[in-house]
Amino acid sequence: MEIFGVPSALLGSQLLVGLINGSFYAVLSLGLAIIFGLLNIINFAHGAQYMMGAFVAWIALTKFGVNYWVALLLSPLIIGAVGVVLERTMLRKLYKLDHLYGLLLTFGLALIFEGLFRDQYGISGQSYPVPDLLQGGVNLGFMFLPIYRGWVVVAALTVCFGTWFIIEKTKLGAYLRAGTENPQIVQALGINVPLLITFTYGFGVALAAFAGVLAAPIYQVSPLMGSNLIIVVFAVVVIGGMGSIMGSILTGLGLGLIEGLTRVFYPEASAVVVFVIMVLVLLVRPAGLFGKA
Amino acid sequence: MHMKKLTTLACTAALATLSGAASAQISGNTVKIGVLTDMSGTYSDVAGPGTVIATQMAIDDFIAEAKPAFKVEMVSADHQNKADIASNKAREWFEREGVDTATELVTTSTALAVMKIGKEMNKVVLMNGPASTPITNEQCNDVSVHYTYDTYALANGTAKAVTQQGGKTWFFLTADYAFGQALEKDSSAVVVANGGKVLGSVRHPFPASDFSSFLLQAQASGAQIIGLANAGADTTNAIKQAAEFGVTPKQQLAGLLMFISDVHSLGLKNAQTMYLTTGFYWDLDDETRAWSKRFFDKHKRMPTMVQAGQYSSILHYLRAINAIGTDDTAKVMAQMKKTPIKDFFAKNGRIREDGRMVHDMYLAQVKTPEESKGPWDYYHIRATIPAEEAFQPLSESRCPLVKK
Repeated sequence: MEIFGVPSALLGSQLLVGLINGSFYAVLSLGLAIIFGLLNIINFAHGAQYMMGAFVAWIALTKFGVNYWVALLLSPLIIGAVGVVLERTMLRKLYKLDHLYGLLLTFGLALIFEGLFRDQYGISGQSYPVPDLLQGGVNLGFMFLPIYRGWVVVAALTVCFGTWFIIEKTKLGAYLRAGTENPQIVQALGINVPLLITFTYGFGVALAAFAGVLAAPIYQVSPLMGSNLIIVVFAVVVIGGMGSIMGSILTGLGLGLIEGLTRVFYPEASAVVVFVIMVLVLLVRPAGLFGKA
Repeated sequence: MHMKKLTTLACTAALATLSGAASAQISGNTVKIGVLTDMSGTYSDVAGPGTVIATQMAIDDFIAEAKPAFKVEMVSADHQNKADIASNKAREWFEREGVDTATELVTTSTALAVMKIGKEMNKVVLMNGPASTPITNEQCNDVSVHYTYDTYALANGTAKAVTQQGGKTWFFLTADYAFGQALEKDSSAVVVANGGKVLGSVRHPFPASDFSSFLLQAQASGAQIIGLANAGADTTNAIKQAAEFGVTPKQQLAGLLMFISDVHSLGLKNAQTMYLTTGFYWDLDDETRAWSKRFFDKHKRMPTMVQAGQYSSILHYLRAINAIGTDDTAKVMAQMKKTPIKDFFAKNGRIREDGRMVHDMYLAQVKTPEESKGPWDYYHIRATIPAEEAFQPLSESRCPLVKK
């Protein structure tokens, strides 16, 4: 059977691959959306933090023999702690200023992080093996699905919806949202708002590192792996609506699918299609698909 | 007896005068070599800081062997793979800093830009990193030398060997820019000429990180061989993901441009049994091992063919100047073309009128982890491709300098 001249098996496999990439976009754009929504900081260091997450996993494995599963927890904790330090020492001073200052600071930090890793490890990247438990693949009839890729989708979606649940449905999430709406009143109610904000930034950064560990067995772990991805992820956030939690998750998945389809019908355009959609969305709905105007 | 002594004395004096006169013909009594390369981007492991080290080694070795009357200096800069930065830097070097030659120039676009400046200002351009064939064809000029390798030699080595060994049907994964397209074109021609068939190709954006979609299309084509007409991180990511999706080992990959640094970063488990063409391997003989060990001690990595070629080209250039006692561009070019190149890098090299340095190339197959004795022990050399067969024959040249 063929659809638009493309065998349906190929189409099915491309949609699945799109979903896999979409789940990466979802985790990364979720972290960005949380940081922007609650701190008003455009975190340009997100790609570098994703890269550092992958590197910590690689260093842990090769230097200390720490396996993938431990790294999946450990790396977000370490990089999240780095994020906490950054927030306490630098970002904190910028909240009252224009968005641009935060953007410039985090962009500068990203360049420094990438430079440091490049100096140490070179540009070609390092190889991280797929964990033993997730080796191999299953034949779905229309495609061969590596088990690891299936795991990526499950892990990413679990983390995404878990995060959404915490922020939208729990008391902690309510404090967070209230703290950003009106910090004075929340503070007056006896809640430590600055601590809450520090924690939020750390969590957003940890999400980036988590995505980095997920990506390590798939891509070469290289200093520039984040800078290639971050621009697309920003487009995802803009399309979803800056700061919208559910918006960023759904848009991430959706754009992964659209990108997958473009790779079948017109592969040359697959790097551009996300930006074309971004332009269209900004023209029609400047606040993004899920944003509040 | 007296007479003989006198003659000797007179000859010595005459020689001294001559060499004095000769060194006066070297501008500022200094030969200044500029290394213009990618110091921090995609190609910095292939070329980059390693070529700066190789250049310095060549200068040190030259001074030790020739004890020249003139000084040799080096400057280096990062062109960031951008043609405008490269041409501005080259112009500044030539006009204001007394640089005599711009060298290395990885990425074709920067190379072509600097070749134009070199021609305009009559300065020598020595290229090691760039790969495209237009450098010695449509765009060739009489001040430029393309030294280490090109896409023709790569395609001719890898695609020919793989097709002749039974890999008759091909599908190309091509980086969607000039270099990738040139490599696909050259390789397709070689495949067809050797009785193979090209079933299709997919052009991926450059750079890309996820190749699963493209690999699935290659898988669906049913081709025996998937030709990777890309380079650097694109190639390594594609190879890694091909194994993940079960594309290999059912279908074979052929890396059309792979460096030892790529194999090192991929690891043998991912890269094993692949064929590739290279202009240099550190473990060929005693000479290559000795030089590479010196390089390794300084750089902590084994040399890529670009880095080894950089050393060889700089030494050849300096020896030419020393032999004729002038840094006049036309004379230096004539001397370099006239003199055969024989060192650890090129056993029987020569520079043709189109600026192409032809030398033996090697068809290598990546070892399996079991076969390798340790880090950097990566290649079986399966065949030596003689200089005259490895590169595009002059009869097919599109360079106006070639008289037919």
